[in-house]
Amino acid sequence: MLAKRIMPCLDMNKGRVVKGIGFKHLQDTGDPAELAALYEEQGADELVLLDVAASREHRDTIIDVVRRTSDAVNIPFTVGGGVRSVKDVRRILLNGADKVTINTAAVLKPTLLSESSNSFGSQCIVSSIDVKRVYVQREINVNEKVILETGEGKCWWDTYIYGGTKSVGIDALKWAETVVKMGAGEIVASSLDFDGTKKGYDLEFLKELSERVSVPVIASSGAGNPKHMLEALTIGAADAALAASIFHYGNYTVKEVKEYLLENSILVRL
Amino acid sequence: MVKIVIIDYGLGNLRNVHKAFKRINEETKITRNIRDVKHADAVVLPGVGAFRDAIKNLTNLKESVLTLMEEERPLLGICLGLQILFSTSTEGGLTKGLDYFKGKVIRLPKDLTVPHMGWNTLKIVRFENPLLSGISDGSYVYFAHSYYPVVENEEETIAITNYGITIPSVISKQSVFATQFHPEKSGKVGINIINNYVKYVKR
Repeated sequence: MLAKRIMPCLDMNKGRVVKGIGFKHLQDTGDPAELAALYEEQGADELVLLDVAASREHRDTIIDVVRRTSDAVNIPFTVGGGVRSVKDVRRILLNGADKVTINTAAVLKPTLLSESSNSFGSQCIVSSIDVKRVYVQREINVNEKVILETGEGKCWWDTYIYGGTKSVGIDALKWAETVVKMGAGEIVASSLDFDGTKKGYDLEFLKELSERVSVPVIASSGAGNPKHMLEALTIGAADAALAASIFHYGNYTVKEVKEYLLENSILVRL
Repeated sequence: MVKIVIIDYGLGNLRNVHKAFKRINEETKITRNIRDVKHADAVVLPGVGAFRDAIKNLTNLKESVLTLMEEERPLLGICLGLQILFSTSTEGGLTKGLDYFKGKVIRLPKDLTVPHMGWNTLKIVRFENPLLSGISDGSYVYFAHSYYPVVENEEETIAITNYGITIPSVISKQSVFATQFHPEKSGKVGINIINNYVKYVKR
């Protein structure tokens, strides 16, 4: 049967990994391609390279990183951050990436998803959705928003763009259904409430999302330990768990996380 | 030196396939030139994207690929490159394929998560096939597809994969080999499969 996937994410700026690095034996600790190779060695199932600054000036730097990563690894990798057009998608894929994630540009122009998936296949178009909880006192606008009872009270999930800085006001669960219709082959769900907290993923959101969409769901934001990843794959029903800090700081290797998951009856590739 | 060419029919990512061969020090040529295919010792038919586009873009190379297979020069089809070797596909409306393998390519059932995306295991049913020489039963390989072939001639299925339904993951007849998964993305196992193909070409 299909194994659950563990995906380290490399946050980059100007072609360098920006999160702190725990690997001492690497010559050049900030080089994405070198880290990518190390993660493959540890048993990573896929990699995500995210250009967090997403500036136009450094587009060529990203392409260079894509090429070098493609030379360095023999597992799939996804590239995202600042993807604005079909031309951007094409360029990233032709230089060796397997998938491209799109967030802001898809919200601003949803046809970017359908155009891209028609040209390259939906298996390489990943829709990245950044969400934030909006707590409500009573059920308002029930036709527009999916309001759920969570451990912290009733809320709906707003969609955010521009690296989590701008609220769109669109229900993220409904937006997720739209991106699948537009041709996205996977969804990466990140939570602004949980990102960087190390208290675990937004399981209530993940569970609801996984039930609503037919494509694989990748859980992102909040992993502080292997148990959190287990919860994302079981309670959250995600197909894959993405994490950055816990791997970069060397707290856990990918192998250790996968061994823990296997001990807890989760099918992983070891 | 043998000439292995990767057929470029205007779809998808050929760089990774080229690079995977390079890892075992095998130079390949990416081409869409009929003459290159005519003179090739062996070819690789990669492919991501849609069936209809693939067949459309292959047009002028179709005859030379069919001839190559008839002459039993080796071919390795990958993912969509496997699917277009079949009789027909329902992707984007019923479309004729190369009809080398008898059968129909259809969409994965709606109750499954589609695409079938990620690492799944091979259950080898014909261990004697050279493509899987030395590959352990149960090895993980990387899949990314929404359609799969219903094979008419059972003896052509070399390995299967369980995804709620049974998916034929390696197909072979004579000198033609095809994988539904991506060996160029399947880590060390994938490299070993590519190495087996090269060994077969040089046999």
